Amino acid sequence: MHELSVTQSILDIVLQHAKGRKVQQVNLVIGQFSSIVDDSVQFYWDIIAKETLAAEAKLHFERIPGEMTCNSCGHVFHPGSETFLCPSCESNAVRVSGGQEFQVDSIDVE
Amino acid sequence: MCDGHNHSHPTHTHTTTRVPVAEQILSANDRIAQRNHSLLHQKKVYGINIMASPGAGKTSVLLKTLEALKGRLRLGVIEGDPAGSIDTERALAAGMPAVQINTGGECHLDAVMMEDALSQLPLDDLDLVVVENVGNLICPANFRLGTHLNLVIASIPEGDDKPYKYPGMYMGMQALIINKIDLLPYVPFDMEYFHQGVEVLNPGIATFPLSCRTGEGLDAWADWLVEQARAEIIPR
Repeated sequence: MHELSVTQSILDIVLQHAKGRKVQQVNLVIGQFSSIVDDSVQFYWDIIAKETLAAEAKLHFERIPGEMTCNSCGHVFHPGSETFLCPSCESNAVRVSGGQEFQVDSIDVE
Repeated sequence: MCDGHNHSHPTHTHTTTRVPVAEQILSANDRIAQRNHSLLHQKKVYGINIMASPGAGKTSVLLKTLEALKGRLRLGVIEGDPAGSIDTERALAAGMPAVQINTGGECHLDAVMMEDALSQLPLDDLDLVVVENVGNLICPANFRLGTHLNLVIASIPEGDDKPYKYPGMYMGMQALIINKIDLLPYVPFDMEYFHQGVEVLNPGIATFPLSCRTGEGLDAWADWLVEQARAEIIPR
């Protein structure tokens, strides 16, 4: 469970950008290849953000699906968990083209 | 979205403002990792971070590698373990400086723990520091330590589907060992299927199939490692 350290990092970033204002919502962008469990981040948040300006903030997760692009035919697809073959031409010459995002995008403050 | 949106309450009015942040979640860890990297560079020490599932053979590979490098590079070891120090004792018994990091149940090492461990090693007398991360294929991938090389050890009994199940780990490495190849005749493991997944996630990755039990493939790995380390630590 690395969600506790991740949650601590998110809180540090949020408080730094809040500059003394009350935080209502934290907008996170998380790609499928950056494994993180929403529920446990919110769970830790409710504990560690207590008595900070972000205590009542809701965490909003924008999930970016894993994306691959076929080098042979150019097809862009979301890979399954058992094969990365291009579903269009069955080539294995594919590359990861999205889904690695792992950032605090913005915060909503009062 | 919420920009300029007003929440009206009987007594007062709040205005919500959206503040752009666009910061990597682990940027603080990454900054310390960068500091560790600079320290290693300055001390002319090559760093390796070994990551694998529990039981893939991290400690066996480590001990065999240390044996193979004896006399060629001066080695130090950092052991990450949720608890206990069995592996550290094995490293110390093999005659090299070793530091134990007890993560207290954490599933990974981070750059701060690494910084602390580096401060306990005689870096001036070392050429190579090997970090044995906590056995786990998910968490350590996210936390950079500042080493030159992130090494993943896969093993035959784990199965050939690991790249597909743990893409994050296989994307973040710079070298791959496939351990326990002596078990290939006994375990269903489709090497081509495994390689196909790896190649998509990490094209052209340096890969070393080997067996710590028979010794097959160990020399190729050790020679490659010495070459990598020397290229990095010997001033050009």
